[in-house]
This record gives sequence, structure tokens and C-alpha cells, in this order.
Amino acid sequence: MASTTKVERPLPTLPEGWSAEKDFKPVGKTTGSTQRTIEPVGPHFLAHARRARHKRTFSEDDRIQAQEKAKNIEQNDDSDVSEPEDPMMLQREAKDWKSQDHYQVLGLSKYRYKATEDQVKRAHRKKVLKHHPDKKAASGATEDDNFFKCIQKATEVLLDPVKRRQFDSVDEKADVEPPTKKEAQKNYLKAWGKVFKAEARFSKNPNVPMLGGDDATKPEVDEFYNFWYNFDSWRTFEYLDEDVPDDNENRDQKRHMERKNANARKKKKADDNARLRKLLDECAAGDDRIKRFRKEANAAKNKKKADKEAAEAKAKEDARLKKEAEEKAAKEAEEKAKTDREANKKAKEAAKNAVKKNKRVIKGSVKDANYFASGGEASAEQVNTVLNDVEIVQSKVDPEEIAALAGKLNGLKVADEIKNVWAEEVKRLVGAGKLKDGELKALA
Amino acid sequence: MAANGERKAVAPDQRCAIGLTFGNSYSSIACTIDDSAVVIANEDGDRQIPSILSYVDGEEYTGTQAKAFLVRNANNTLVSFRDFLGQDFKSIDPTHCHAAAHPQDANGSVAFSVQDKAEGDASTLSVSEVATRYIRRLVQSASDYLGKKVTSAVLTIPTNFTDKQCEALIQAANNADLEVLQLIKEPVADVLAYDARPEAILEDKNIVVADLGGTRSDVAVIASRGGMYTILATAHDYEFAGVHLDKVLMDHFAKEFMKKNKDVDPRENARSLAKLKAESESAKKALSIGTNASFSVESLAEGIDFQSTINRLRYETVARNVLGGINRLVEGVVKSAGLDVLDIDEVILSGGTSHTPRIAANMRNIFPESTQIQAPSTNPSAINPSELQARGAALQASLIQEYETEDVDQSTHPAVTTVAHITNAIGVVSTAVPARRTIHINGPKEGGDVLIKVIEGNTHIKVTKPEPKPEKKDEEKDEDDSDFSDDEEEEEDKREKVWKSGETLAEAAIRGLKKGSKVEVTVNVAADLGVTIAAREVGGKGGVRGNIAAP
Repeated sequence: MASTTKVERPLPTLPEGWSAEKDFKPVGKTTGSTQRTIEPVGPHFLAHARRARHKRTFSEDDRIQAQEKAKNIEQNDDSDVSEPEDPMMLQREAKDWKSQDHYQVLGLSKYRYKATEDQVKRAHRKKVLKHHPDKKAASGATEDDNFFKCIQKATEVLLDPVKRRQFDSVDEKADVEPPTKKEAQKNYLKAWGKVFKAEARFSKNPNVPMLGGDDATKPEVDEFYNFWYNFDSWRTFEYLDEDVPDDNENRDQKRHMERKNANARKKKKADDNARLRKLLDECAAGDDRIKRFRKEANAAKNKKKADKEAAEAKAKEDARLKKEAEEKAAKEAEEKAKTDREANKKAKEAAKNAVKKNKRVIKGSVKDANYFASGGEASAEQVNTVLNDVEIVQSKVDPEEIAALAGKLNGLKVADEIKNVWAEEVKRLVGAGKLKDGELKALA
Repeated sequence: MAANGERKAVAPDQRCAIGLTFGNSYSSIACTIDDSAVVIANEDGDRQIPSILSYVDGEEYTGTQAKAFLVRNANNTLVSFRDFLGQDFKSIDPTHCHAAAHPQDANGSVAFSVQDKAEGDASTLSVSEVATRYIRRLVQSASDYLGKKVTSAVLTIPTNFTDKQCEALIQAANNADLEVLQLIKEPVADVLAYDARPEAILEDKNIVVADLGGTRSDVAVIASRGGMYTILATAHDYEFAGVHLDKVLMDHFAKEFMKKNKDVDPRENARSLAKLKAESESAKKALSIGTNASFSVESLAEGIDFQSTINRLRYETVARNVLGGINRLVEGVVKSAGLDVLDIDEVILSGGTSHTPRIAANMRNIFPESTQIQAPSTNPSAINPSELQARGAALQASLIQEYETEDVDQSTHPAVTTVAHITNAIGVVSTAVPARRTIHINGPKEGGDVLIKVIEGNTHIKVTKPEPKPEKKDEEKDEDDSDFSDDEEEEEDKREKVWKSGETLAEAAIRGLKKGSKVEVTVNVAADLGVTIAAREVGGKGGVRGNIAAP
């Protein structure tokens, strides 16, 4: 940050008589400023943003950054805390290097295939500092450099990419054992996920789909199983080869060993593939997601069928209900017609009776009025004309008017009143045009 | 589609970030490996991936493969769609889509109608959907290269992108399952790519970035102060760009063809035109590398094969208009920044068209000797201009990928980015505050007491007749080692930049300097324009410190 510019031109010497308090004299002020936008890009802007947001000055920020940097370096040093060394391991013979766990020798058991080259280098240095034969000799121990040789061998293997890959491919300590039933019960996917995460180190394709969680979609789960059932592994087993004799004398023996080794590798590779398949079968067998997807697929299929059936049943039911409703309506209509007919009949009879009764009243009224004869018995002819007129009136008017007329006449005994009523009625009928003037003889 | 306004965010520890330049004509992707940017080649082996999508029988093609389909399957090929993002149909320029799928009006926004499935009717794709599909392919290429899924990216945008366009771009990227860490301006990405080189020295300078692309040319003047960038002026041009260079070559070869075959104009048939264009573009590229290029097309028009050659001189003659336009553009933007060509310390040529040697030579002529021209033909150590932006974006991505999205947003907030810039130099050139500069000045040979005078400086352009040798005027210890900048031929006027001393701000004295020692002066300008000056002898103790109050 603190880059400096060099100016070649020498400074002028202090003029005579120049003096100021503390040798510093402010004279002027800066001219104004303009507001501009700086682009939020680049490392120096980041520093600027950090200062602006935390309200630090340049020197404060420099100090804090330096502290953090120092802290980071220290943390890096501490990151590979040394693992405890197994006393059995320290007793190893260097010539048995094939069977040694190189990661454990260097104290990198928890990293294994994940250990970076840098980590290996640092671990090696650390171990060398501790186990160098000269140091042991200095502390009075016997001249035993076996473990030191183990360390050198481990480093040689792990720093050579080819050899390291060969070792990694047979490094079964990095495998995660498939979960037991008890473990799987707790969190099935998580437990199995670890297994496949470890297995993924053998994949040639770096994009390995992982088991995923409960919320994985069907395509994701399908992709996982498809990928793993077609797993393309770089795993080789030449590390486990038996030593091929390196002398030129017995070529047949050498070739025989080579063939044997090649066959053994092939067999191991096949076994490994079978092992992975078995793992997958086991995992798939208990994978609730697959069951769920199958269930959902079935449900979807069944739903279609059920929907169809339900629709048919509903149509049937609807038809039946409709028929029933129709039948019921017909029945009701019939009954109603019947009762209506009877009621009509009764009403008609009642009306007839009423008319008969009214007619009787009317005729009676004429009789009561003594057929409008003035004094004495009415002559037969008079009676005849009056009754004839009454007949005509009765035939001209409808039952209601008869009823009204009967009402008016009913109870009247005085001949004049009866005659008045009749006269009014006749007048009304004439007015209504139902009777012709002079049609009636007696009642006019 | 993700809900609008909902930005995709990825936790910093799960990020895998790249730099992505999504251009109208070409796009690039870059990542950082061990702190240096590397441009990623896609599966076809291209580092500049044509921004083209093509659909043939339901298959999607991108890049060079899609470009080849411009001849046979133009209607289902989408080109030049980046600038349509977030634009209304009314405001787009569909010229460059003329020989491909045409943009259509979809309720005011832009869409394309292409046959993207093997069967059925053509479907209408919004420009956002097209961009999403294209970005998805770019991300896929990057993921394949890196071996892990790319989750985040820094994208570059032209300086004149509106907020709406930015939003549309972010949305399109999000839909492609890509988190946008930040959008950075293209010229700034170019500068960053140069400043991140290990050999680069941090110094205050004015830079002209000429981003000459396929369909547009953007020029920006950027002030770089202590590694912070301020854009002083920009210019955008759609008339002098790569396609126009193609156009002059097309016209040239079409005329050649017509000389041999009367009455057959290859420009009248769409397919012939597409062939002519494709070959012209490759001839142009060949002319950027060699001095001769051959041009040959089988069955150019009416079954007639055509073969011809062109040399660079001829090309530069026919392209004179376009090349001259680029010159004027650059000169204009320097002027609109209120600067003179003498003020420019560096010219960065970026974009595919910048490979043209003539453009770099023209820049060399426009700017004074002292100005560095960063182009492959003038500076052998220049970075490939086509890769600059992607590299800059990748560097920015590696810088900010450890930060939470919120932190990035806060840091790019105007409250942080908009700051006062002092107008006159205080031993430091006009710069953003707060700022700190340290300078070392030689003491007098015999040692003793010295006076340090801090004054404001001003540059101005001095024009002198050639005869008298001009004298350097700045006698003070201004940290800017204002070089003499000779320009033009001998007979012409000499123009040079000189520093004029302005008002004195403060005086300080250092007493008892040792022989041959140096004085270190640190000028610290606070955000409120208050100035702190500390002066001491290098390696010495104590020293003088004083404040100048804020105005």
C-alpha cells in the first residue's frame, strides 16, 4: 500500500531566518473538491471500502491488516496439529514399506486422499525434525533409523502423483464402512451419504452426484443411482502386486509373475465393482425416497383409474336420481289432477245447489209478493206471466247475479219492496243489454 | 423463473466464482489459478465464444458451431442479443440480427421466434430466456473445465448500461442458476487486468480504454489513483466497430467477384451474403496477424467458387473511414474528459477489433511518446485484448468471493463509492480522498537543514516553438515526475505538459540532515479534505508533522 515515489531533485536548503513553531507552518488551504464516483473494483478499492466502512485511517487499517495476516500465518502453522504416534508404528521395519500406512506415518490420517501436496511437505518436515537419526544419536539412543526410512518412503510415495494414486487406490482406511442397521435408522441418508462421499474419490468424472437429502427430487435421485451403477473408477491394484523378480536370468518366471499379477488386478477390479454394486443395492433397498417415488407414481396411475371409475359411478347415480325424480313428479301431477277433478265436481254441485236454492228464493219471493197482484188472489194468467218473466230473468243472469238477487230478496215479505227489487234488477239487466225492453211483461 | 427482485445468493464457502464477459458478438469466461487469471476454452477449444445460439432439429448449438449455422439455418439462429436485455422493443437496434432470427415485439419487450424443438410450432423466446440459455452453456463450459460446479460470477457491463438492463442481466444469470457477485464496468475490468500483472507498478495515471468490439466501440477515460479507478468520460459508438470493418471487406470482395462474374452480386442472396461475411471476418482476423490474407469461398453465388487475396495495406485503405472514425472517437473522449492527449499515460486497447495493427499504430500517432499503448502490435507484453475483460472480471471475482453478498452490496453502495476528489494536486494528482501518498526526496548533497514547501499544483499545456529548449518550470518537490512529453514532428510546435505551482499550503523544515540522505514526505488527505503532512529523514526518528485544516 505504502508505495513511495522517488524524486531525484534535491531539496532546497533552509533559508536564513525561517522559523516556525515545531518547524511546521500551515500557510494556505486546499482548493475545493468535486464529487465523483470511484469504481468499486480492484484490491485498492476493497481497502478503501474497508477503511470507509470501519471508519479507519490509513495507518490503523495497515496495522489491523498486518495483524490479521500474521494471525493467518500462525493459524496455518497450527492447522496440522500432530497426531499421537502409535508406538507400534515407530517399531516398523523400513523394508516392510509396502504394508505401511503412509498417511499415518506422516501423521495425516485424518486427511488421507484429501491431503494437499503442501500438507505432505510440511508433515514430512515436521517428522524429519523429530525423528532424524542424528537427533536420536545425540539423545543417546541406538543408531536406529528404521522409522526415519519409513518417513522418507512415505514422502516419496505421497509426493509422486502416480505412486500416490496407486496407494490411494488401495488405501482402504479412507473407506467409510456402510452403516449398520442401528446407525441407518437414525439418519439413513446421512449415514449412507458419507459412504458414497468416500467412494467418490475413485471417480474418473470429477462431477459426482451425491446421495442428497430427503428433499431430493426424482431426477436427482435417478441421476445418483444411474451414475453410481455405471461408476467409472480409476482404481487400480498394482500396488498390491507381488514383486516381480528383477533378474534377467529367469524370463519365464518373470512373465509368469507378470501374468499372475495382471490377473490378480483384473480380479480385484471386478471384485471392487461388485462390492460397489452391492453397496448400492443395499443403499437403494432402504432408500425411502425410492419407495416414496414409486408410491407416488403408483398413486398417480391409480388416481387416473379411480377418477375414471368415480366418474362412471357418478354418471350412473345421476341417471338413477334423475329417473326417480321424474317418476315422483309424474305421480304427484296425477294425484293433483285427481283431487282437482273431485274438487271441481263438488264445487259445481255446490254451485248448482246454490243456484237451485236461489232460484227457489226468487220464485218464492214472487210468490211472497203474491205475484204482484194488487189485492186478492192472483189470477192464473198473472201467475203464469210473472213466473214466465222470472224464468226469463233467471235464464239471462249468471249464478252470481242470481245469488246477489236472492240475497236482496231473501227475507223480504212486503210485496212492494219485492217488486222494487225486481224492478231494479230488470232495469239493470236492460241497462246491461241482457234484456230487451218489453220482453218482460209483468216485471217491468 | 425466480421471483423478481429476489437475487440468488450462495454462501461464501460454497462459491466457485469465475469472471464472465457476455458480449454482443463474443463472450469469454475466465477463472483464477494461483492469483493469476486464466481464460477458459470451451469444449470447441475457443476462448472467444461467439454469442450465438442456434437450434437445429431441437438441438441447441452455441459458439462457433452455432455461427456456422448462420449460412444454412439463419432463421433459427440468435445473434447479438445482449444489448436487447431489459430494453423496450422501440429502443433496440435490430440491424445486426438482419441475417439471423429477427427480434419481435412481445408486449413492448423483445422476443425471438425460433423452432427450438424437433417438432411442433416455433416457440417465442423472450430475450431474457435466450440470454439465460446462453449463459447456462457458458457456465457449463466453465464447470467442465474446473471440474466443479460454478456457482457465482462477476459479469462485465458497458458503462452505459441502465439499471433496468443490469437488473435484466442479473435476472437472466440467476435463471441460469448463476449468482452474480458484482457487475463491473468493462473498461475498469480492462484496467484491472493490466494492473494485476505482477510487473505492474502502482502509480497515479490517466488511462484511455478503447473497447473496440464487434458491434460497438466504447471508449472511456479512467483516472487511476493509488489503484482506485474513476471514470472521467465515456463515449459509445455503433458506427465504427468490427462489423463495419467486415463490411468494407465484404464490399471489396463482392466487387472483385463482380469484376469476374458480371451481373452476379453475392450481396443480393442471403446465403451468399452470409458466406461472404463469414469469410470476410476470417480474412480480417488473418490480416491482424499476417500481412496477407487469402479469401476463398466455395460456391459463393450461383455455384461459382471465388478465390482472392488481400494485403494489409489494401485493407487499411478500404477501411480508412472506419479506422479514422475510431481515431476521432478516442480524441473526442479525451477532450470531453477535460484532458489533453499529453495527460494520458496509458492507452489500453481491448476487444476483438483491437487486434488490428493499424488501430494501435494510429493510437501511437495520436498520443505522445511517453504514453504506453497496450496493444499486441505495439507492446509485445500486452495481454490479448479479447481476454482482458474476462481476466479483469475473474480477478475481481477472486477478490470478492470470500465476502458475504451483503458485504459486497454495502461496499458498492454510493455512500462508499462517491467521494470527494481534490481538484488540484497537493503533491498528489487530483485524486479521490481519503488518500495517502509517500514520496522520497533527495536531500542536498552536503546535508544540513532543508525546507519542505507543500504547494498545490496545476498542469497546463505549454505550446512552444521548436527552437528554444523549454525549461522545466516546476522547481518544487511535486511528487509527480512530470516528464517532458515530446510530440509531433520537429517542425511543428512543441506541446508539453508542465506543472505550475499554485498556492502554498504549508512549509516545514527538517534540520540536520545527514550527507546524501533522503527525506520522506507523507501527505495524507482525509475525507473532509483536511491534510496531514509528515516529513522525516529516511531512517531517522521524529520528524515534523502538521495539519492543514479542512476548507
